[in-house]
Amino acid sequence: MATEKKTPPPSAVGIVQSQDFHFGDSPEDVLQLDCGRTLRSVTIRYETYGKLNAEKTNAILVEHALTGDAHLAGYHTENDRKPGWWDAVVGPGRPFDTDKYFIICSNILGGCSGSTGPSSIDPDTGEPYRMNFPVITIADMVRAQKRLIDHLGIKKLMAVVGGSMGGMLANQWPILYPETVGSVISIATAIQITAQSIAFNWVGREAIMADPGWKNGNYTEQPQKGLAIARMLAHITYLSDESMSNKFGRALQSSTDYSFNFNSDFRVESYLNYQGNSFVERFDANSYLYITRAIDYFDVSLDHDGDYKKAFQHVKCPYLIVSFSSDWLFPEYHSRGLAKMLVENGNDVTFCNIQSGYGHDAFLLEYETLGKLMTGFLSNISQEVIG
Amino acid sequence: MTSNIKFQDTDRITRSDLEAIADMIPQKAKILDLGCGPGRLLKALKTLKQAKVMGVELDQDMIIECVQRGVPVVQANLNEELCEFPDNSYDYVILSRTLQEVKHPDLLLTEMLRIGKHGIVSFMNFGQLEARLQILFGRMPVTKSLPKKWYETSNIHPATLADFRNLCKDRGIRILKEIPISQKGDLLKFLTPLCPNLFASNCIFVISK
Repeated sequence: MATEKKTPPPSAVGIVQSQDFHFGDSPEDVLQLDCGRTLRSVTIRYETYGKLNAEKTNAILVEHALTGDAHLAGYHTENDRKPGWWDAVVGPGRPFDTDKYFIICSNILGGCSGSTGPSSIDPDTGEPYRMNFPVITIADMVRAQKRLIDHLGIKKLMAVVGGSMGGMLANQWPILYPETVGSVISIATAIQITAQSIAFNWVGREAIMADPGWKNGNYTEQPQKGLAIARMLAHITYLSDESMSNKFGRALQSSTDYSFNFNSDFRVESYLNYQGNSFVERFDANSYLYITRAIDYFDVSLDHDGDYKKAFQHVKCPYLIVSFSSDWLFPEYHSRGLAKMLVENGNDVTFCNIQSGYGHDAFLLEYETLGKLMTGFLSNISQEVIG
Repeated sequence: MTSNIKFQDTDRITRSDLEAIADMIPQKAKILDLGCGPGRLLKALKTLKQAKVMGVELDQDMIIECVQRGVPVVQANLNEELCEFPDNSYDYVILSRTLQEVKHPDLLLTEMLRIGKHGIVSFMNFGQLEARLQILFGRMPVTKSLPKKWYETSNIHPATLADFRNLCKDRGIRILKEIPISQKGDLLKFLTPLCPNLFASNCIFVISK
């Protein structure tokens, strides 16, 4: 299996800017949530790439994963060290072809990268929501995005695309708004979260909440240790035995021999430490609690008495479903099950379990194979809707 | 919507059996092609017959080609149950030149007729005269339609047309149509209609329960 290091192609979209969309200031405009509460004065941060055509039929909505953001591709400033999180697939001639399509990526509700979340100011109190933020669901995130899509004047998205948690949003979209979704690309994800993922999320949250620095959510500085442990744990689930063996093996970080203490001897330990610590700099602990909870609750049959047939009954659009052979967080059977359900439902479905040693992370690394599938799928969809 | 799809030159069907199969599919039929390869037949059926098509293929590169053609395809192994597809969900289930490569040809035929009202099976005839002559002289056959040597071929279940008829009889499968095909270069091909098992290089069977 190919696990050699892949070097992404250079960025092709240049300098990009985020924008903010604001809604929910009047009582009629508030966002109704699954938990029964409402949210007012909601901000959704988003970025767009390419041009929306006159008929507004060439829009693709790309959903980010748990810790992602609206910055899909390109750079915010010339000094940025890294481009957006899925830069390799955005640009002229790439799967998200900026010469043909209008690509939208927005930070999810509950996030901490510009959209309203637990660290935002509660308009009722003038203080940050913190743990007073309502417990939200993936469907709530989609409802908030729908407001953005309406605001942009788009009646029907050509495609909704997402991997991992982003795939949950992509799958939730047509269930909530079958008329608004032209096609779905569902990558390394599931339509119902199983016990294993819930278990990992639980341990991650326990680590955060056990950190004295968390202070029941009322911290002024991130609960560093707890958040870092949550990230390290999650990060392991994104890799595979094979990719870890290839990347680190039993290599030691600096010394030539074991230290015979409990500091990090092994390269894999240093790597996880680095991942944990750098995560704390860019992510909010309360957001992590809220988003992982939303993932736990995710099940597209939720509003349909657990009946998937009912959930999908109005969903008629084509799907491209992709899983990765070494992904043990969202194993192939999740995606195959979705494909089966859609075949029974009469949808045009393509399902491919891409051979990869990268584990769950493959969805960001296998951009060549995945890219060919997405390019082919999107160009056929666009021929049908745009001509 | 299908009228917008351009029928490209690379999508042309080049194999004689695929052409014959395409001819017998009625308009707007629901078609499942097992081992659909790059999806050429399904693309042609989608375009020319407005068929609702679906492919099954194992090879990742072939799946990419299908997707590029706009042919939906599910990755699956024909040696396993095709549980993705419900009972009686297709008008025709096609298996072209693949039967001899699967582990359990008999079970696959049953699976085809569980999923579809009709099955269309095409395969190379090991009972063709040329093959028989080679075996008579003590060699495994290498012919135009069976070009690979015994150690290179993926054909693990070679059969003659008579073998296939017998299997169908044993399993209570009805043969609705038998279309023997001979190709350029076949020995005494004008005799094919008289004794297909001896002269046809391949054959299409339309079967049902």
